[in-house]
Amino acid sequence: MTDNDMLFDYLLRLGDNSLILGQRLAEWCGHAPMLEEDLALTNIGLDLLGQARMFLSYAGEVEGKGRDEDRLAYFRDTKDWRNLLLLEQPNGDFAATMARQFFFDSFQYLQFEALARSSDERLAGIAAKSLKETTYHRRHSTDWIIRLGDGTDESHEKMQRAIDAIWGYLPEMFDMDAVDDAMVADGIGVDVTALRTAWDGYVNDVLAEATLIRPEDSWSVRGSRDGKHSEHLGYILAEMQFLPRAYPDAKW
Amino acid sequence: MVALAAHEDIESILALVKDPEIPVLSIADLGIIRRIEEGEDGRVAVVITPTYSGCPATEVIEADIADMLKLHGVSDFEIRSEISPAWTTDWITAEGRRKLEEYGIAPPASKGKAALLGHEGVICPQCKSTNTDRVSEFGSTACKAQYKCLDCLEPFDYFKCV
Ligand SMILES: [Zn+2]
Repeated sequence: MTDNDMLFDYLLRLGDNSLILGQRLAEWCGHAPMLEEDLALTNIGLDLLGQARMFLSYAGEVEGKGRDEDRLAYFRDTKDWRNLLLLEQPNGDFAATMARQFFFDSFQYLQFEALARSSDERLAGIAAKSLKETTYHRRHSTDWIIRLGDGTDESHEKMQRAIDAIWGYLPEMFDMDAVDDAMVADGIGVDVTALRTAWDGYVNDVLAEATLIRPEDSWSVRGSRDGKHSEHLGYILAEMQFLPRAYPDAKW
Repeated sequence: MVALAAHEDIESILALVKDPEIPVLSIADLGIIRRIEEGEDGRVAVVITPTYSGCPATEVIEADIADMLKLHGVSDFEIRSEISPAWTTDWITAEGRRKLEEYGIAPPASKGKAALLGHEGVICPQCKSTNTDRVSEFGSTACKAQYKCLDCLEPFDYFKCV
């Protein structure tokens, strides 16, 4: 891979994370347990969609093959997607959605904070902008983890179950491969292993306040950096990409 | 001198463009006009900044700016968007804050004040009580949160501090 290929791949990872999670949150539209949450989840999804657009537009320019944000979003197959497996997992119940959101928000907050100091000015600008939004996202998901964990017996049990079910998807956030190493060496990317201590500290504090038990690290799955996904991504893409693929020149 | 006069002209035209989601505010009140550039050939560039990354109003605002410029006979222009430095609610003008409050939306706390208090100290736009409670971090648009006043019991929107 050339340096340029690696930057392209790195930007896809960032953009795909935002886009796939945003798409998942959009599925809650009209289905959330209360009106305020319907608004919250779709607003967060919209922020993520905006972030994805900035990352994917940049990725398309770096690649230099004439693919714009829409081309990248709607005309790539599963093996070309780079989002974390965590983010394509189904919404499940509200507790499962919040568990996924909380662990990712806590990670993304730290990643954007570090990325805002990137030597790549454009990337730093996108991260600084997105960090403001992620600050609110993290506050929102943190509130729910505490409220449901330290709530009724039923909400506690559901929240704990959701955390246990998703736990093995989290280690992938802190993986580094040759692309990550090269980006860190160039001062462009983030050394995610260095975020681990701060992430653990934040997550442990919130789980303790929520009276939830941090699961044992007994299993983990990964593969997104090589385009190896769970079966769920295919279904997301089928829904998200149907219209532009069926009617490639469709306009509003 | 001519260029300066023209510049002020563009500024006053832009001040007529409203925020599509909060129509009491102009885009100047909102603080999203980053600068106006005028080339020697007379071509005007309006540089704006989005409030939130996914704000659907951004594209409407660009279209409204274009319409307003054309309406006032300015035909040679371009509109560009820049995200860095990121927009902050501290760029909303004093006039903008006053209009928000009159409209029933609590204006954002200044970042300095929010940091000093450790919270945003939201004031009810109806009765001015500080005895308010957050209902939800997110409201009808990306930039607003939902609050209620514990004194006059009115629900209201708060323009979030970012
Ligand atoms: Zn009141």
